[in-house]
Amino acid sequence: MSPSKRPTPGHATGASQEPHLATLPKAPTGISGLDEVTGGGLPWGRPTLVCGPAGCGKTLLAMEFLVRGITEFDEPGVFVAFEETVEDLVANVASMGFDLRRLEAEGKLVMDQVQVSAIEMEDAGDWDLDGLFLRLGEAIDSIGAKRIVIDTIENLFGAFSNAAVLRAELQRLFRWLKDRGITAVITGERGDGTLTRHGIEEYVSDCVIVLDHRVTEQTSTRRLRILKYRGSLHGTNEYPFLIGESGVSVLPITSLGLQHGVSSRRVSTGVPRLDSMFGDGGFFQGSAVLISGTAGTGKSTLAAQFCDASCGRGARALYFAFEESQAEIVRNMSSVGIHLQRWIDAGLLQFHCFRPSLLGLEAHLFAMQKYVREFDPAVVVKDPVSDLLRVGTGLDVSALLTRQVDFLKSRGVTSLFTSLNADAQSTGSDQHIASLVDTWILVKTMEGNGEHNRVLYVRKSRGMAHSNQIREFHITSQGIELVDVYVGPHGVLTGSARQAQEAKERSDGTARLDDLEQRRVNLERRRESVESQTATLWREFETEADMVGRLLSHGSTGTEDQAGQRAEQGRLRRADIAELAEGPEPLDSLSGLT
Amino acid sequence: MTTIDRLEPVNPSRAEHWYLRLYVAGQSPKSLHAHANLKRLCDQYLLGHYEIEIIDLVEYPALARGDDILAIPTLVRRLPEPRHKIIGDLSNTERVIAGLHLRPA
Repeated sequence: MSPSKRPTPGHATGASQEPHLATLPKAPTGISGLDEVTGGGLPWGRPTLVCGPAGCGKTLLAMEFLVRGITEFDEPGVFVAFEETVEDLVANVASMGFDLRRLEAEGKLVMDQVQVSAIEMEDAGDWDLDGLFLRLGEAIDSIGAKRIVIDTIENLFGAFSNAAVLRAELQRLFRWLKDRGITAVITGERGDGTLTRHGIEEYVSDCVIVLDHRVTEQTSTRRLRILKYRGSLHGTNEYPFLIGESGVSVLPITSLGLQHGVSSRRVSTGVPRLDSMFGDGGFFQGSAVLISGTAGTGKSTLAAQFCDASCGRGARALYFAFEESQAEIVRNMSSVGIHLQRWIDAGLLQFHCFRPSLLGLEAHLFAMQKYVREFDPAVVVKDPVSDLLRVGTGLDVSALLTRQVDFLKSRGVTSLFTSLNADAQSTGSDQHIASLVDTWILVKTMEGNGEHNRVLYVRKSRGMAHSNQIREFHITSQGIELVDVYVGPHGVLTGSARQAQEAKERSDGTARLDDLEQRRVNLERRRESVESQTATLWREFETEADMVGRLLSHGSTGTEDQAGQRAEQGRLRRADIAELAEGPEPLDSLSGLT
Repeated sequence: MTTIDRLEPVNPSRAEHWYLRLYVAGQSPKSLHAHANLKRLCDQYLLGHYEIEIIDLVEYPALARGDDILAIPTLVRRLPEPRHKIIGDLSNTERVIAGLHLRPA
């Protein structure tokens, strides 16, 4: 008898669950990212093949599909294990927080371990897989399962010598599951040139998900691709995925839209004079900033000062350091007057220091997102992102940062990345990142006159008027300070050239002062000489007036003399003398002029 | 027929005691053929010192786990040790003899 003739309650309820005819009903996986990529989940009531090489995470993906189905969608499930023992399975997924034994006790999960090829099997006549069918049917019916995982059914090919019969039986199995409306996940190991070792993709053709893990430069990245999804739109890219502490997460780069809200609020850079280079007080809130430059140009110091300023405003900052430990950063920064320990103590600043090679790129992204969700910072610093290039290629890093930037922007977090360039001329590695960031500050050292001096300039800053000036800066005991600009005939003057220019300007100023003083003195002298000349003229005038007066009086005296003479004559002659009294008056009226 | 892990005491007599278990699914033609073929062979080779237990998985599907039964019909030689499995309707007598390691009586 065929088990498909047995009563199948799952089938009946399954039919009523189909939402509408227009779209293919889907069984959501609950796996973060996978539902986005598949447009809602796996095809409901149909088998899906998950295939890939050993160790790519097929079993975990399948198990999570089952567990999430139970915990999130109330769909009981059956796990048929052809490979691992139930004990191993329970232990393996415990680290992801799945308590299979509890689900089993609650009657939501059945785990059936099928040992194949433990005993040699002789093939003596006609057979079918009714044993397996009955077994699955019993497991499904015992809990009213809606989902089933068969991991890895191709192991059967090792047990049965008659592959032709087995193929026919497997085909019958998948049809049987479909008839019962069970959403099934069948896993298969990748074969040589085929998706699965024994080509079962031929029978499971509704949905095929290919997993892969590639090792590039000693770091492995897992990837997932929907090869085929009959009757549904689906993402066609290869999506990196991770197996983390809370299960599998697919990170669909393309599913991230550019819909994050924007803010026109500004966030201080922590350096007041740098803020003013951005016109109106710093970076935009929620923007991405790149500070790139050669070694020892003060990138980390700028980053630390940025964090310091953020914490000073009471906004939390998260600092990812790939080169230094927290203690080193705190010590080094306190030597330039940036005291970070107080913010750490206050719970405003958190450090995560690790070598990028510790995690693959995907794991790194995953960890970062986790920390950001937990700490909810306003500001995130990654110092330096160029270290990630040791883990992945430029394109990978760029894809990673795109996702990070999108993630951070969607949360309104202002992010600051530093990037180390090998030499001042090449910003090649930054090109991958440059288009992602909103603001790009270049720091470099300018060599000349036997010294090198730190300068910075704003290479780009979207949406704001920003200074185009190359600014020299000092790392002082109070942090970074931008110094005044001196532009000489050969460009910006820095270091001693700037000092020389400053000195020259100072001495020029002194000279001008001396000159003024001299002119004042000259003027004074001239005034004195004018005054003395005036005095001389007056003296001459007075002398002349005196003389004229005297001449005038002399003229009158003449008449007087004549009168006098006449009077004298008269006196002498004893004439009348009374009329002589009015004689000297003309002289008095003349002296009133002086 | 009810317990599967029951330990069968080895027959102390000279002749080995054979304990065979045949898993079937209802009254399907393959199952019926298998039973008939097995009976015939046992009578031929093991007359008097064999025991056949028939387990119908349609009735007791859970019992399939004990011997990890996938294919129907499956014959399991429980005793004498070691265990052997033979699948199919046992129509290929040579294969059954080889699979059960039967020696002519």
